[in-house]
Amino acid sequence: MLTLTSPVETPLHRVAVGAKLAVLGLWTAGLFWIDDPRLLGAALLMSFALPALGGRIFMAHALRMLRPLLPFVIIVALWHLWTGDYRGGGVIILRMLAAVSAANLVTMTTALADMMAVVERLARPLARFGLPPRTLALAMGLVIRFIPVMLDRHRQITDAWAARSAKRPGWRVLLPSVLAALDDADHVAEALRARGGSA
Amino acid sequence: MERNLTHIALFAALIAVLGLVPKIDLAAGVPITAQSLGIMLCGTVLGAKRGALAVLLFLALVAVGLPLLAGGRGGIGVFAGPSVGFLVGFPVAAFVAGWVMERTTLRVGYAATAGSVLGGIAVLYLFGIVGLSIMLGKTLTEAAHISVAFLPGDTIKAVLAGAITQTLAQLRPNSVLSRA
Repeated sequence: MLTLTSPVETPLHRVAVGAKLAVLGLWTAGLFWIDDPRLLGAALLMSFALPALGGRIFMAHALRMLRPLLPFVIIVALWHLWTGDYRGGGVIILRMLAAVSAANLVTMTTALADMMAVVERLARPLARFGLPPRTLALAMGLVIRFIPVMLDRHRQITDAWAARSAKRPGWRVLLPSVLAALDDADHVAEALRARGGSA
Repeated sequence: MERNLTHIALFAALIAVLGLVPKIDLAAGVPITAQSLGIMLCGTVLGAKRGALAVLLFLALVAVGLPLLAGGRGGIGVFAGPSVGFLVGFPVAAFVAGWVMERTTLRVGYAATAGSVLGGIAVLYLFGIVGLSIMLGKTLTEAAHISVAFLPGDTIKAVLAGAITQTLAQLRPNSVLSRA
């Protein structure tokens, strides 16, 4: 499965995850604290300048990850054009873009395994409530493995439908897919138990 | 124990897979994805606690950088964006849907639909609208207007979640852990 980590190596890839997350936390808190559109504009320029240093492919990736924000930018922009509160609208849009692009930058420059290690470290206190870190790691691995298996099953069932009917299957293949997946999960549970259990 | 674990992982994967189902555009051009159907099913099939855990597991994988949210979104950035309220509401929604399944004696299908409406719509929208209102600097009423467009799609999904849970209870009664 593809991750959002950028294959383009940047100097930021070599910075420790903890440091990046700490800076990101401060950055985001700072963005919500300042209220001056000029400062926020400078912040946005900075959060664009960093990925721009990573080259064109890296920058394109960064912009693509910002695209889901477009509808919100348009809604807020239209709203504030209508009410005439240009400053307020600018603050909201600049802050949103600067916060999200900085967070995306951390995701793009951190390997999946490093990020998962952070989650496991954060979840360590949960061991006291009956969730050992090993079980969490196993669960995360299972999900990553289940996704392609479920997609495969779903494709098989959709193909079988297409062989029998000219109509589009739509939601009607959903239930058989879920049933097949449940049976797969039961088999995996048996296999885990046979290998000494999960805990 | 193993069965709980694999079912939680399975439903976390189901949320992801349903997010990949091609989206349908409603009349007004509002994109509808099946992802929130996955959230509802987590609660109605797994029950309150396990359902919420499955959703948290899914969110953890999104946060570490897998593009599992509908539209291929993921990473830490989605938690800094305007829809963060919905993400925070996801596990609570599954919990409430599961709670309705566990605490009522309604027939499975009705309980699952009621739970999906209460958790997957009422509770989820509450979180989502508060989030939108904070992130976009709008009043709660204004933020609610943005969300209303998704209501018809989510109502259909709640009914679908009820029907699927009902059928699962008939075909694989052991799998519906919320009523086991």
